[in-house]
Amino acid sequence: MSFVWLWTDLMVWSLLFVILAGIRSIKHSEQARKQWRSIFESPIAMASAVILTFYFVFALLGSVHIQLASSGDSSLDKRHGVYSVLDLSLMHLIEQTERTYSAPFATHEYSTSLNFDENGQVSQSYLALKYGGQHLTKGASIWLDVLKKTGLPLLLTFGIMALLLLLHGLFRFRTAALRDINNKAKTLPWKTAYISVFSLLFLFIWFYHLSHFYHVLGTDKVGQDVLLQSIKSIRTGVLIGLLTTLVMLPLALILGISAGYFKGWVDDVIQYIYTTLNSIPGVLLIAAAVLVMQVIITNNSDWFGSTEERADLRLLFLIFILGLTSWTGLCRLLRAETLKISQVEYVSAAKAFGLGPFKIIKNHILPNLMHLVLIALVLDFSGLVLAEAVLSYVGVGVDPTTASWGNMINQARLEMAREPMVWWSLFSAFVFMFTLVLSANLFSDRVQTVLDPRRVH
Amino acid sequence: MMAQALSTVLNIKNLSISVNDSPLIKDVSFSIESGEIFALVGESGSGKSLTSLAIMRLLPEALQVTAGQISLNQTDLFTLPEYQMQKIRGKQVAMIFQEPMTSLNPVMKVGEQVAEVLRVHLKIRGKLARQKVVSLFEEVGLPQANDRYDWFPHQLSGGQMQRVMIAMALACEPDLLIADEPTTALDVTIQAQVLELLKTIRDRRGLSILFITHDMGVVNEMADRVAVMKQGEIVEQADKEHFFSHPQHPYTQQLLADAIPKQSFKPIIDTKSLLQINDLKVHFPVKKGLFQRTVGYVKAVNGVTLTIKKGQTLALVGESGSGKSTIGQAILKLVNSTSGSVNFSSPGEGGSNIESIVDFTALTEKQMKPFRKKVQVIFQDPFSALNPRMTISEIIREGMNSLQVGSPNKKDQDARIEELLEQVGLLAEHKYRFPHEFSGGQRQRIGIARALAVEPELIICDEPTSALDVTVRAQVLNLLEELQQKYQLSFLFITHDLSIIPAIAHEVAVMKEGRIVEQGSVEQVMRFPKHEYTQALLNSAPKLLRQTMP
Repeated sequence: MSFVWLWTDLMVWSLLFVILAGIRSIKHSEQARKQWRSIFESPIAMASAVILTFYFVFALLGSVHIQLASSGDSSLDKRHGVYSVLDLSLMHLIEQTERTYSAPFATHEYSTSLNFDENGQVSQSYLALKYGGQHLTKGASIWLDVLKKTGLPLLLTFGIMALLLLLHGLFRFRTAALRDINNKAKTLPWKTAYISVFSLLFLFIWFYHLSHFYHVLGTDKVGQDVLLQSIKSIRTGVLIGLLTTLVMLPLALILGISAGYFKGWVDDVIQYIYTTLNSIPGVLLIAAAVLVMQVIITNNSDWFGSTEERADLRLLFLIFILGLTSWTGLCRLLRAETLKISQVEYVSAAKAFGLGPFKIIKNHILPNLMHLVLIALVLDFSGLVLAEAVLSYVGVGVDPTTASWGNMINQARLEMAREPMVWWSLFSAFVFMFTLVLSANLFSDRVQTVLDPRRVH
Repeated sequence: MMAQALSTVLNIKNLSISVNDSPLIKDVSFSIESGEIFALVGESGSGKSLTSLAIMRLLPEALQVTAGQISLNQTDLFTLPEYQMQKIRGKQVAMIFQEPMTSLNPVMKVGEQVAEVLRVHLKIRGKLARQKVVSLFEEVGLPQANDRYDWFPHQLSGGQMQRVMIAMALACEPDLLIADEPTTALDVTIQAQVLELLKTIRDRRGLSILFITHDMGVVNEMADRVAVMKQGEIVEQADKEHFFSHPQHPYTQQLLADAIPKQSFKPIIDTKSLLQINDLKVHFPVKKGLFQRTVGYVKAVNGVTLTIKKGQTLALVGESGSGKSTIGQAILKLVNSTSGSVNFSSPGEGGSNIESIVDFTALTEKQMKPFRKKVQVIFQDPFSALNPRMTISEIIREGMNSLQVGSPNKKDQDARIEELLEQVGLLAEHKYRFPHEFSGGQRQRIGIARALAVEPELIICDEPTSALDVTVRAQVLNLLEELQQKYQLSFLFITHDLSIIPAIAHEVAVMKEGRIVEQGSVEQVMRFPKHEYTQALLNSAPKLLRQTMP
């Protein structure tokens, strides 16, 4: 057993450190702390943040890969390969593969198949599943069983919540006792936070528990559990949303500020680049780049040690392409704002102090642009998650072997056309993606209201 | 002057307005007779504009009228339903604002904008409306009124725009005109014309005017009666003559003392010159077309020669667009000068008496750096002059670090910052705060501290007091004066406000269209102006100022 670090894994973890460093710097600056406090004063933002944190944790768990060595024991041998921590904790779902489609909580397959009985008679019947619902005695009610199996997760959730409340209560009590009496800040909506943490925890534990006995969200064409796919897709979605912004941010910042501050030919060149880039349809550009990459990958298959590495590189490449095509909007915004700020008198004062252009940008321009950057990042996140789905649907997205909501929706295209309709793949992908995008949008709304300087105070 | 019998047009009784239980206006009462100009004076935040908004019933939703009554021509305005109030706005009460640029719709012909008011309130349409608008334009003194009807706001000057606003206000023949600082954004000569126009209209139409202003000179010129507001209360109310000769309330006395310029002039001592500007020209190229060809030049500064003496103040006076701020920027090399020289005399190395003269215009940015600490700048707008994301100590420290003034040790710098803050009348603990926690006057003090931090010899003051209230202005001017005495500082004081010149300047230069038209000692220029532009400038200054200059 050994750790395998894929490129995207490294990027996600370094992003975590960037976020932690960001939180640290917010803690140091009183102004920023106040602003973030007021962001979280909204219950909606608080609930959205909790949901986003859950998604991010799943993405992190999916980003630690372990190589399981093949042992001599043949019963364990089928397990060898690269797995993420998330895969390992959902191993039973990977192993409990059915033959083909089955509906959520079903005990039998979704469609009939020819069946030979002992007497050699051929009959059309619904075959029983290999794993789903097979613990039930004949004729027992599924729903009663589900209800019975709800007790344990509920109890467990309550236990975890009690622990959390206790720890947090202790922390809050300490800060409350130490805090300045004059500080009459509003209390954050902790009740909302508790409720959302509780519902998410319960939902997850409940599904996890039930998934040992049923296929909670059904199975797909080759009998793979849809819940497993949906959860694994979280990593892909979150990665594309977060890492793409990481790629585009330096481009937008450097080019936008240079264009706005230095003006003249620098401005002309940068404007020319982004106007040109903007006038090419984005999908076309991405499709062309992905096709080129596919050719390179097939021609050089010896570059990659495993299919995971190949899929990962394709994901990384997609992130880069999306980043390279989506920086223009923010760049334009930053250029305009820099033009404005560089005319303001504190910049003249800094010039009168003999500060060089880079110091002026660092001390005076960049800090006054950060709110714009932050707003743009949070707004772009949801757009990029959706972009992945669209691109995978068109067929120029991530590798077909990578679990992603776009791939699930792409497969669902045919499932929706058959009779009776197979709806659960599309439904699961939709619900998972919708929750992520909605909470990102609601959160960005709040960030925008608080950080926008034009807001009426 | 007033033929008809006096009758009360507007009556405000015990008006109180509050937001979230904290009162903004407390128990304000006054009345305006017909044909009267009633001046409401006060500093920013005293509640003058709120009072006028309450009359129009246009208060922001968060504010509530807690008590009182406003009646216009014996109608109680607070009991009227909204649709009747809409008829009263424009028809009986009209309003003109400070900024004519933002009050007019930029994409609509000015004539149409006035005609719209006629259409809505008087149902006059078509040719008749146009005729009426043209006659209104003639009344407010717009030249070629018929052609101006089809012009857009950007084609008019600030004064002409304000005239259009007045025409619009007069369109429905209101009984009361509320003028909210109508001349603050205008130059002195234009201000005089607009004030004159308002007076003529009052006489011709018997209109009542509620004139809101902070400028005592304008009050003196215009008002029949005056009320002074301070923190939401009227502290004094009197006839103009009585008001100016016998102010009762200490606050009023303070206001008047600060507003009336000093009678005495500063003695001229012949000291060595510190900065000598020779035939300075700053031309900005006008570029057009695909390849940005230069098709002409804007001659912002066109051959200016000036001398700033050591330890003295040179006031540079001019109207907006005369190029006075550009001179300041050219000295600091914030804009590149086209030709001419800016010669700075600095004492030679090792304290020798031989002065070396350096031409700033010939220096590169790197060579300029040692001289940056000699010349510093204070800006007009205290709100944009300080970076909102930096603490006060960071703002002041920046120059010390960049120009290597004083010790690089952080502790020593902190001590110096505290000393500077105390020197400009702030507290040492203010250094941990952010700019938004300070008022305009305090911010201007921080700006002064920032400039002082590098121990300059010359400070360019670019309209440092024009955004400040009268009392705060007097404090800041006193501070500058003190600093000059203490450190033998020289100031280049750029201003459009003639009333402060005797208080601060030793010499004065008058600028028009990029050239200096007159230059000399303050006494000489203010008392015996030679150039006709200077004479015009002084003649359009409010009486209050002229009285002090026999």
